Amino acid sequence: FRIMAGKVKWVTDIEKSVLINNFEKRGWIQVAENEDWNFYWMSVQTIRNVFSVETGYRLSDDQIVNHFPNHYELTRKDLMVKNIKRYRKELEKEGSPLAEKDENGKYIYLDFVPVTFMPPADYNLFVEEFRKNPSSTWIMKPCGKAQGKGIFLINKLSQIKKWSRDSKTSSFVSQSSKEAYVISLYINNPLLIGGKKFDLRLYVLVSTYRPLRCYMYKLGFCRFCTVKYTPSTSELDNMFVHLTNVAIQKHGDDYNHIHGGKWTVSNLRLYLESTRGKEVTNKLFDEIHWIIVQSLKAVAPVMNNDKHCFECYGYDIIIDDKLKPWLIEVNASPSLTSSTANDRILKYNLINDTLNIAVPNGEIPDCKWNKSPPKEVLGNYEVLYDEEMAQSDGPDRDMRSRSGQTTGMKGNRARDSGKPVLTTWK
Amino acid sequence: ISLHKPEIKLESLKEDIKDFLKVSGWEKKLQNAVYSELNVFPSPCHPAAPPEHMKEPLAYMRKAQGSWEKRILKSLNSMCTELSIPLAQKRPASEQKELLNKWNEMGTDEPDLTLFRPVYAPKDFLEVLMNLRNPNYENGEQPSFRNHLGLIQVPLKVKDIPELKEDFSELGLNIGQLGIDDSTQVPPEFFENEHVRVGQKVLAEQDSAAAQQYVRQGCPTALRADLWALILNISNQPEDILYYEQLKSNVIQHNLLVDSLIYKDVKLTASNDDYYFVFEDYLYQVLLCFSRDTSVLEHFAYSSATPPKSYIRGKLGIEEYAVFYPPSGVIPFHGFSMYVAPLCFLYHEPSKLYQMFREMYVRFFFRLHSISSHPSGIVSLCLLFETLLQTHLPQLFYHLREIGAQPLRISFKWMVRAFSGYLATDQLLLLWDRILGYNSLEILAVLAAAVFAFRAVNLMEVTSLAAAEAVLADLSTLKVMPLLQIFLFATVT
Repeated sequence: FRIMAGKVKWVTDIEKSVLINNFEKRGWIQVAENEDWNFYWMSVQTIRNVFSVETGYRLSDDQIVNHFPNHYELTRKDLMVKNIKRYRKELEKEGSPLAEKDENGKYIYLDFVPVTFMPPADYNLFVEEFRKNPSSTWIMKPCGKAQGKGIFLINKLSQIKKWSRDSKTSSFVSQSSKEAYVISLYINNPLLIGGKKFDLRLYVLVSTYRPLRCYMYKLGFCRFCTVKYTPSTSELDNMFVHLTNVAIQKHGDDYNHIHGGKWTVSNLRLYLESTRGKEVTNKLFDEIHWIIVQSLKAVAPVMNNDKHCFECYGYDIIIDDKLKPWLIEVNASPSLTSSTANDRILKYNLINDTLNIAVPNGEIPDCKWNKSPPKEVLGNYEVLYDEEMAQSDGPDRDMRSRSGQTTGMKGNRARDSGKPVLTTWK
Repeated sequence: ISLHKPEIKLESLKEDIKDFLKVSGWEKKLQNAVYSELNVFPSPCHPAAPPEHMKEPLAYMRKAQGSWEKRILKSLNSMCTELSIPLAQKRPASEQKELLNKWNEMGTDEPDLTLFRPVYAPKDFLEVLMNLRNPNYENGEQPSFRNHLGLIQVPLKVKDIPELKEDFSELGLNIGQLGIDDSTQVPPEFFENEHVRVGQKVLAEQDSAAAQQYVRQGCPTALRADLWALILNISNQPEDILYYEQLKSNVIQHNLLVDSLIYKDVKLTASNDDYYFVFEDYLYQVLLCFSRDTSVLEHFAYSSATPPKSYIRGKLGIEEYAVFYPPSGVIPFHGFSMYVAPLCFLYHEPSKLYQMFREMYVRFFFRLHSISSHPSGIVSLCLLFETLLQTHLPQLFYHLREIGAQPLRISFKWMVRAFSGYLATDQLLLLWDRILGYNSLEILAVLAAAVFAFRAVNLMEVTSLAAAEAVLADLSTLKVMPLLQIFLFATVT
């Protein structure tokens, strides 16, 4: 039987055509925030209000929003690191093989975030680490900002002291925690292609944290720096060399509006397979999937797994010249601005596929549904990890790795039990 | 093992040397080298034939190529005079130093190129080919279905589908192919795994001829770089690296006018390409060296083209002061850099990338922009394309001709560039696998026809050249192997 469903009523406070076109093509009806709505694509500011103690309100069963209330556990740089460190310690305490360390005391399977300190608490620890590697470069990032704002590189302790002296307060953290910074070891041996540095932007959709169910968008991309990479110390101030954020690259002289300095992940795969071989390429992509899932598992216990919520994250990953992937950060509000025509199509399709999963059949949602969409609606998403499926020891969900065609996922068996074998997930 | 042994006997020396060659791998290397020569050089002509015949047997073709070259050179010289830039100039020491520092990032340089224009573009070349006529062949009849309705009006022999099926038999429907039988739906046990195993074995044996046979079914991505190098007999020895470094120092010391043409070409084409923009700097490093490489002159022995000659200033006409210009004898045209770009996906070491490109050029690409009767020459490819289309899709051909959209006008640029920049890179590499495997460029014409066949329904509905161009503007989603297979083996003839 068919229920005559009413049209979905939508609101957004992000005026982007890739969003609005998707709502309109589904025949959804735009309403105002104070009216009865079913679907609200909100900015992170708004989600804060909706779930805040003072201004918040209860969502009803037929209302869905695009952020988890405390997404910042994953998307704030300092909290992400804190949660991952806590997760590792917990695994270590329970004797899990995942927390195994090598002879230098480094985690074998869980060392995927560059060494990071959160001043002022960690300042002394940072100085100690810095002195161990005096020629290292560190990157200072404000915890709450995006698009490369406020980031700078340092390679001398005096540079921080200078910075902290300049600021009005004498500590790293001012009253509002928005001004908190993290200091991370800068990856100064990134994998270069054509002599250029790049990072990876991957989209990951989480429909529920407990049980964890997440999807990876097959069409991620690489963002290239327009200026040649050089680790030379004189270029530390040249943000065009070091930061791959499109918001910054767009203002460089060489920015090209046809390709936007972007490569598809399948180009990356073709290049790596052709120049480095298939095994190491498969291993790299497996590791990338691994670190994304581990980062989600790390925050799952502290996430408010509100059933009204789903979230599409923008993962930023850098690959070093040993083909090891590093998780740099996770974005709760990945940019929906399009820098090129290809970009616009990609983001449009991303939203389309996201909506197909989050709002089944495009009908008025019922947040009590089991959040298990059928395979046909996934579009360009692939199941990255399904905790329920993995634990029920279901049929083999192995997806073979093929050059240029899939992202090389090898299945989603639970890792908590089995022996960790990084090259395949079985 | 060495032959420096006291046991070596004079009687068995011949056998001992043969054994030594086999064991040390030198026999294979010699075989590969000989095989390479056989592939590149045409078969010996009649002993009485003059050397021009090895370049091009037909006199009218030679004449047409000669006129074309004169035009190009005139264009280059007039650009030179207009802009008051010498064809070649030694760089001052400061400029040399600067260039050396910037060698790995010449792409960030922004010289003023507005006054430079490409010496010619493919469509200019097409106009010349359209006007080619064999003076010994009088075709006074009105064009009809009994003769050729296309743009090329010279009577060269081209193959028909039955002959192509025989030549390209490894592309048949019942034979495994990469580009078809390695898709996600097909279990790798059916074909892919075994094919990869065989490929690894071929590489282990280091046998050029076996490699050439093997790649007809496509190269596994991880093995392609090595297989192509094996087929072209490129091994990147220390002396090759040294040679490349020598070319690099020539670039540093002297500035050539063609350098600006190269910059302009890269900026106009590869820099704007979704796949190749990343490798912009490598393209300069390859092409600037290429134009100074005098070893490229050797290929003119079997090419219909002749390198342009220039004279030291003030010594016009005096042979002792004649030099080939540029030193390689090859003047780049619009799109030339796209011959190099796909190779950047395979080779990231500059000297190897350079050698692979040079060899691909002197074996294949030179035929795409010179006038000759060779079966892989662009004239034959155009005629092959038009004939295939007219024979197997007559309705489409006639329709397009009627609306002023001669098919060759659209497909010409694809073939001249060997489809680089038009196909997705992974598809392009599968196509070039077969160029190497069959040692022929005919597959380009077959693919061009197959593309038209694929889009025939839409093309039948257009009513202008512009609309036809639009239907065929985006080839980036095409899968080349299924298209070729269907056209050759599943079309009713």
